[in-house]
Amino acid sequence: MDFEPVIGLEVHAQMLTDTKIFCNCSTQFGGEPNTRTCPVCLGMPGVLPVANRRVVEFVLKTALATGCTIQKYNQFARKNYFYPDLPKGYQISQFELPIATAGYLDLELEGAVKKRIGITRIHMEEDAGKLMHEINGIAGDSSFVDLNRTGVPLMEIVSEPDIRSPREAVEYLKTMRSIVQYLEVCDGNMEQGSFRCDANISLRPKGREKFGTKVELKNMNSFRHVEKAIEFEIERQRDMLEDGIEIMQETRLWDEKREETFSMRSKEEAHDYRYFPDPDLVPLVIDEDWIAAVRAGLPELPRQRRQRFIDEYGIPGYDADVLTVTKQVADYFEAAVKLHNQPKAVSNWIMGDIMRSLADSRDIASFAVTPVHLAGMIALIDKGTISGKIAKKVFEQMAETGKMPESIVHEQGLVQVSDSGELEKAVQAVLDANPQMVEDFRSGKDKVFGFLMGQVMKSTKGKGNPQLLNDILRKQLAG
Amino acid sequence: MARELYSLTIHELSALLLARTVSAVEALESVISRIEAVDGRVHAYISPTFDFARSQAQAADQRIARGDGGPLTGVPLAIKDILCTEGIRTTCGSRILENFVPPYDATVIGKLKAGGAVFTGKTSMDEFAMGSSNETAYFGAVHNPWDLDRVPGGSSGGSAAAVAADECIAALGTDTGGSIRQPASLCGVVGLKPTYGRVSRFGLIAFASSLDQIGPITKDVEDAAILLSCISGHDSKDSTSIKRHAPDYTRALKKDVNGLRLGIPKEYFIEGLDPQVEKAVREAIDLLKAQGAEIVPVSLPHTEYAVAVYYLIAPAEACSNLARYDGVKYGYRCSQPGNLREMYEQSRSEGFGPEVKRRIMLGTYALSAGYYDAYYKKASQVRTLIRRDFMEAFKTCDLIVTPTAPAPAFKLGEKLSDPLSMYLSDIFTIPTNLAGLPGISLPCGFSEGGLPIGLQIIGNLFAEEQVLHCAYCYEQSTPWHRRKPSLA
Repeated sequence: MDFEPVIGLEVHAQMLTDTKIFCNCSTQFGGEPNTRTCPVCLGMPGVLPVANRRVVEFVLKTALATGCTIQKYNQFARKNYFYPDLPKGYQISQFELPIATAGYLDLELEGAVKKRIGITRIHMEEDAGKLMHEINGIAGDSSFVDLNRTGVPLMEIVSEPDIRSPREAVEYLKTMRSIVQYLEVCDGNMEQGSFRCDANISLRPKGREKFGTKVELKNMNSFRHVEKAIEFEIERQRDMLEDGIEIMQETRLWDEKREETFSMRSKEEAHDYRYFPDPDLVPLVIDEDWIAAVRAGLPELPRQRRQRFIDEYGIPGYDADVLTVTKQVADYFEAAVKLHNQPKAVSNWIMGDIMRSLADSRDIASFAVTPVHLAGMIALIDKGTISGKIAKKVFEQMAETGKMPESIVHEQGLVQVSDSGELEKAVQAVLDANPQMVEDFRSGKDKVFGFLMGQVMKSTKGKGNPQLLNDILRKQLAG
Repeated sequence: MARELYSLTIHELSALLLARTVSAVEALESVISRIEAVDGRVHAYISPTFDFARSQAQAADQRIARGDGGPLTGVPLAIKDILCTEGIRTTCGSRILENFVPPYDATVIGKLKAGGAVFTGKTSMDEFAMGSSNETAYFGAVHNPWDLDRVPGGSSGGSAAAVAADECIAALGTDTGGSIRQPASLCGVVGLKPTYGRVSRFGLIAFASSLDQIGPITKDVEDAAILLSCISGHDSKDSTSIKRHAPDYTRALKKDVNGLRLGIPKEYFIEGLDPQVEKAVREAIDLLKAQGAEIVPVSLPHTEYAVAVYYLIAPAEACSNLARYDGVKYGYRCSQPGNLREMYEQSRSEGFGPEVKRRIMLGTYALSAGYYDAYYKKASQVRTLIRRDFMEAFKTCDLIVTPTAPAPAFKLGEKLSDPLSMYLSDIFTIPTNLAGLPGISLPCGFSEGGLPIGLQIIGNLFAEEQVLHCAYCYEQSTPWHRRKPSLA
C-alpha cells in the first residue's frame, strides 16, 4: 500500500526581550546558576506575575507576519505538572484563548512550487529551568536545578498537519526561522535551543482522508536532525503498518548518535495538565490601535526583500535567495553595495569566500571583513589596482588582520603591473626559456598556452594584469 | 486609673503618641506585657517578634519627635502569618513552611512599615487559611477570648483573637471566603474585607487567588478606616490590583444614615440560622431604620449555590497554588527520599495537614480532564450568576445587611470531624468573595451565653466608604464594641 505522511510542527521560539516574561530578571543566556532569578521566577510563596508588554508585541509581530488573526481577548492559563525545573508547579501559558490563530506560511519548494502551510495558533508561555545531573562531569547521587532560564519568554507556533515530507518540514522551519530573525524577536539558534521544534507524525493510505495515529517527536536540534528524525519515523511507521502492527500514540525522542527514535512515554502515561485560567493575571485585551501600531512597525520580511533585491539590484533569483536567508547577510550585502555599486560582484564574494570563511559561525555581523572592507577591495579590482587573483590574497589577510584593503595592497606591494613594456619583457623571457613549448603551440597544441600563462604569472609574482598578459602572450606567440 | 495602653484603639493611641503623652516604646511594652499575660491561654501568636518590634518602636519615637508621625506611627499591630515579612519567619500555619523566612515584604507590610507601624508578631491561622475555626493550624488551635473552650473562627483566628484579647492594637487578616469577617464576628471585633483588587496581594501567600483579599481586624470601625487607608491602592507588582485612587476612608465616617437604602436578602434569614443571631441582626436593622435608613427587601436567588461553587473554585486554585511546595527549593523536605517521586510524595504528605490535603484533592479532581466542564467551568458560570444577583440587588439598595455567621462561636473540636458543617460556617460570607464585593463584620450583640454576634454589611464594588459609613453610624449608637472579654 502507498502511504502518505502527515506532519504538523510545533516550534518553540525564545523571544529576545531584555527581561523575562513575568518579572524583571535578565534573559541573557548562561550566567552562574540561579543568579538571574528573583522571588517571582523562583516561585516563592506570595509572589505574583506581571506580564511583560514587549513579549506581547513580539508575538503580535510574528502573528501579523504570518497572516494570523489576533485574538482581542487573551487569557493566560496554568499548565499544572510537577518537575524540579518548574518552580511553581505550573507553567503559565495560554490554552483556550491563544493570542493568534489561523495564519499561514508559504513555502517555495524546488521548481518554484508554492505550498501554503496553515498555522493553527501562536501563544505565549514561560520557559522552565534546567536540571544538571553532573557537576564538572561527575554524576553524584543528587541533581541540581538552575533556574536562570525560568521565565524566559517563549512563543509556541503550532502548524496545521499540512506538511507531507521531511523536506517540507525543513523548508517550513527555515522559512519560519528566517521570519522571526527578520522581526528580531528570536535569534533562531537551534543548537542553543532558542529555536526548538517538535513534530507530530502519522501515516495514512494515500487518498484516505482520515488521519492515522500520531506520534510526537522531540529532541531534534538542527535542521538536519529534524529531517533525519522525520525520515526515520516515517520509515518506522511504514514498516509497522505494512506488517499490520498498530501504531501507538506516544512521544518519542530522537537519538542523534544512533540516528533513531525511541519511546519516551505512551498516551496512558501522558500528563493531565489541568489547564485553567490563571487568576493572577488579568485578561489581556489587545485593541485595534495596538495592532495597527505593531503592523506599521513591521520590517521588510525575507520574501519581500528577496523580490526587491532582484528588482533593484538585478541579481539572479538564486543569489537573492541566499542573501536574504538571514537579515544579517542581507544587511551586509546592502551596506557593501551602497559603498560600491556592483551588486553581482558583491553577491559573488559573499556567497563564495565570505560564506566559506564564516563556515559554522554564520555570524557575518562580527566578521573581520566588514562591508567597508569588501566594497573597498572590489573597487580596487574594478580600478585595475589589483587583479582578481591578488584580491583573494587581500581578502584572506583582511579576514585575518582586519586591515583595510588599500593598506594591505600598499604595504605588500601588491599593486597590479599594467605597464605593457614591462609585461612584454616578462613574456619574452618566458618564451625564451621555453622554446619547445613555443614550437608545440605553433604546431597546434593549444593546451600549452595555459602552462605558458602560468609561467608568466609566476614570473610577475601574480601582480601582472592578467588581461594584458593574456593579450601580450597571444600576440608574441603568434610571432 | 487610666486605661491600659494595650486596650486602646489605633485612633486613641495615635492621639497620645503624636501628642507625645506616651511613647511608642511604652505602648509596645504595654502590649508585650499583655501578650505575656494572656497568650498562654489564647495562643493567638505563632511567632512573636518583640525584639524587632522594639527597634521599630524606637524608630517610631524618633520619627514622632521629628514631627513626621502619621496615624499608624508607633502603633503595635499583629500580622496574620500568611503575609510575607522580610527576615521574619512566615509559616502560613503549615509545617511545610515551618522554617520559611521570606527575603521580601508583602506590599501591605511595606506600606505599614512606611507608616511607622510596629509589628508585635505573626498570628496563628488555619493551615494555608483553609478552615473556619483555626483548628487546622499546624502550630495549635487558638482559643476564643470570650470563652476559651470555643473557637475564635478562622482562618484569621489568631488576628481576631489577638485584637479581642488586647494582645495588639489592631491586626491584619486575609479573607478568601469569610476568613476576616467570620472570626471578627466570633471574637466580637470589627473585620473588613475590601473589594477584590483594592489591596495588593503581593506577598500574601495564595490560597485562592481570585478570592483572597487582605483587610483590617480592629477594635472599632474608625480603626478599620485608618488601617484600610494605609494598605489600599494600586500596586504594579499585582496585576489584579485596581488602578483607582484610594481615598482617606476616615472621611467617610459620618453619623447619619438618612436615606441610605439597606437591602435585606431573604436568602440570608433561613432555617439553621441561630435564633439569637437572627434576633440581634434584626434589632440592628431596626436601629438603622430608626436612624433614618430605608429598608428594602431584596433577593439573591443563587445564594444557595455559593458554598458549592466556592468549594470547587477555591480548591481548584489552591491545588495549583500549593504545587510549589514540593521540597525542592524551600520549605519542608522529607529525609532520605529514594528518588524524585518519593521526595514529592513524602514531603507533601508529611508537610501538609489533613484539611489542606482534602482541598488539594478536591481541586485536582475539579480540574481533571473529563471533570473540568462539569465542575470548575460550571462553578465559574454559577459564580457569574451570583455576581449578577448582587448587581441586580444594588439597583434597588445601597448596601446589603445580613448576619456574618449563622451562629456564635462553637466549641473546639465540635466540627473538626465534620468538614461539611464546618464549611457552612461561611455560608453568609462566601458570596461576597465570589462577587469580589467589600464587606464588614461588626459586633451587634451577645448571645445568652455571652458570646459575640456579628452584623455583616456588604457594599457594591469599591463602596468601602459607604460600608464604613453605615457601620460607623451603627457602632456609634451601640455599646457592643466597647465590651471586653474577661479572659477568666
